[in-house]
Amino acid sequence: MSRVLDLLGRETALAWGRGGGAMVSGGFYLGMAVLLPLAIGPEPGRLSAIAPGAAWTALALSTLLGLDRLFERDFEDGALDLLALSALPLELTCAIKCLGQWLATGLPLAVLSPLAVIALGGPIALSPLVLACALIGGLAYSFLGGIGAALSLGARRGGLLTAVIVLPLFVPPVIFGGGALDALAGHLPWRAGLALLGAYTAAAIALGPLAMAAACRNALS
Amino acid sequence: MISTLEISDLAVKRGERTLFTGLNLRLEAGQACALTGPNGSGKTSLLRAICGLIAPEFGQIGFGDADPAQARAEGLHTLGHLDGLKVSRTAWEELRFWVDWMGGNQASARSAVERLEISALLDLEVRRLSAGQRRRLALARLLAAPRPLWLLDEPLSPLDSTWRQRFGDIMAEHLAGGGLILAAVHDPLPLASLSLEIKP
Repeated sequence: MSRVLDLLGRETALAWGRGGGAMVSGGFYLGMAVLLPLAIGPEPGRLSAIAPGAAWTALALSTLLGLDRLFERDFEDGALDLLALSALPLELTCAIKCLGQWLATGLPLAVLSPLAVIALGGPIALSPLVLACALIGGLAYSFLGGIGAALSLGARRGGLLTAVIVLPLFVPPVIFGGGALDALAGHLPWRAGLALLGAYTAAAIALGPLAMAAACRNALS
Repeated sequence: MISTLEISDLAVKRGERTLFTGLNLRLEAGQACALTGPNGSGKTSLLRAICGLIAPEFGQIGFGDADPAQARAEGLHTLGHLDGLKVSRTAWEELRFWVDWMGGNQASARSAVERLEISALLDLEVRRLSAGQRRRLALARLLAAPRPLWLLDEPLSPLDSTWRQRFGDIMAEHLAGGGLILAAVHDPLPLASLSLEIKP
C-alpha cells in the first residue's frame, strides 16, 4: 500500500512539473477560451449558446498537453524497467500514473472549466454540472490518453502520434458531456448524458490499464 | 530466495538478427560472473532476458527452486546505462522512492548513503550530479534493498579508480553473504569471478 501511495505522490509531482504541468494546461485552456470569442464574434447570444460546448471541447484538447510524456520519460531513463520489475502488477502501476496525471492537470482544469463557461457568457446555473462533467470526463481523458502515450513509446514525435491515437477515443466523452450540458441549458433531461459519461469513464479506468501495460511491455521487449 | 541462476541453451533474437544461441551458464550463491563480448554482441539483451523483459527465442532461464515471476519481482536488482533517476528531482527523493519501491526502508537507505558517501549530494537535483556520483546514487539502491541476484551492465564505467576498488569490496561482501552477480564488463571485475564470453 505504501508503494502505491509513494508512486502516486511521485507521479503527481512529476506530472505537475512535466512540460510546465498544470500551469501550461490551464494557460492553454484559458487561452482557447479567449480566442474563441475573437473568432466567432462578440455577440453575447451567439457566444452563450456555444459556451458549454466550446469550453468542453477546449478542456479535452488541453488535457492532451503533457500526456504524451506520461510514459516516455520513464522509458527513456530506464525507470519503466524498474517499475515493470515489481511485485505490483504493471496494470496497477499504469493506472496510478494516469491518476497522478489527473490529480496534477485534470483536477486544476476541472476547477477552471466553470470559469471558462462563465467567461464565454454561458449560464452560471450550469457551473455545477460543468464541474461534475469535467471531473468525471477528465479521468476518462487521462486513462485514454495513457493508452495513446504507451502505444507511441519509442516513436519519434510521439506527442503528435499520441494526439492522433487518442482524439478518436475522446469522441464519446465529448458527445456525452456536451450533450448533458446542452440538455441542461435547454431545460431538458440531462442525467442520461452524465450517466453515459460516467459509464464511459468507468470503462476507460477498467480497460485502459490493460492496454497500457501491454503496450509498455511491448515497448520494453 | 534465489540460490542459483541457471541458463540453458539460450538463444536471443532482436528483430531479424540472432544475437547468440546455445548459451549456458550456472551461477551458484557466492559466485560472480563477468560477461564479456564485443559491442552489440547481446550482453545487455541477455541481462534483460534474465529480467524477463525480453522473451528468449529458445532455451530456459531458471532461478533454482524460486518461482520465476517472484524471483524477478523481488529477488534481483538490475542496473544498466539507464539508471531510472529523474533529473528534475533531488537525489534523496529519488533514492527514497526507489528504496521503498524495492522493499527497503529509510534506515537502510541512510546506511547505504553513508557507505557510498553521497550524503552531501542528497539535496541536489539529479541533473547536477556527475556521472560517477549518479552511478553511486544508483548503486545505493542495491545496498538499501537487499536482493540476492545483481545484474549489472558495465557497473564500473563511470566510476573513478578509488570507487572501482570500493565497489569491488561491496561486491565481495555481497558474494560472501550468499549473493550472485552477473556483470557485463569490458574491463575485468575487481574480484575473483567466473567469465562468460558471448560469441555470435
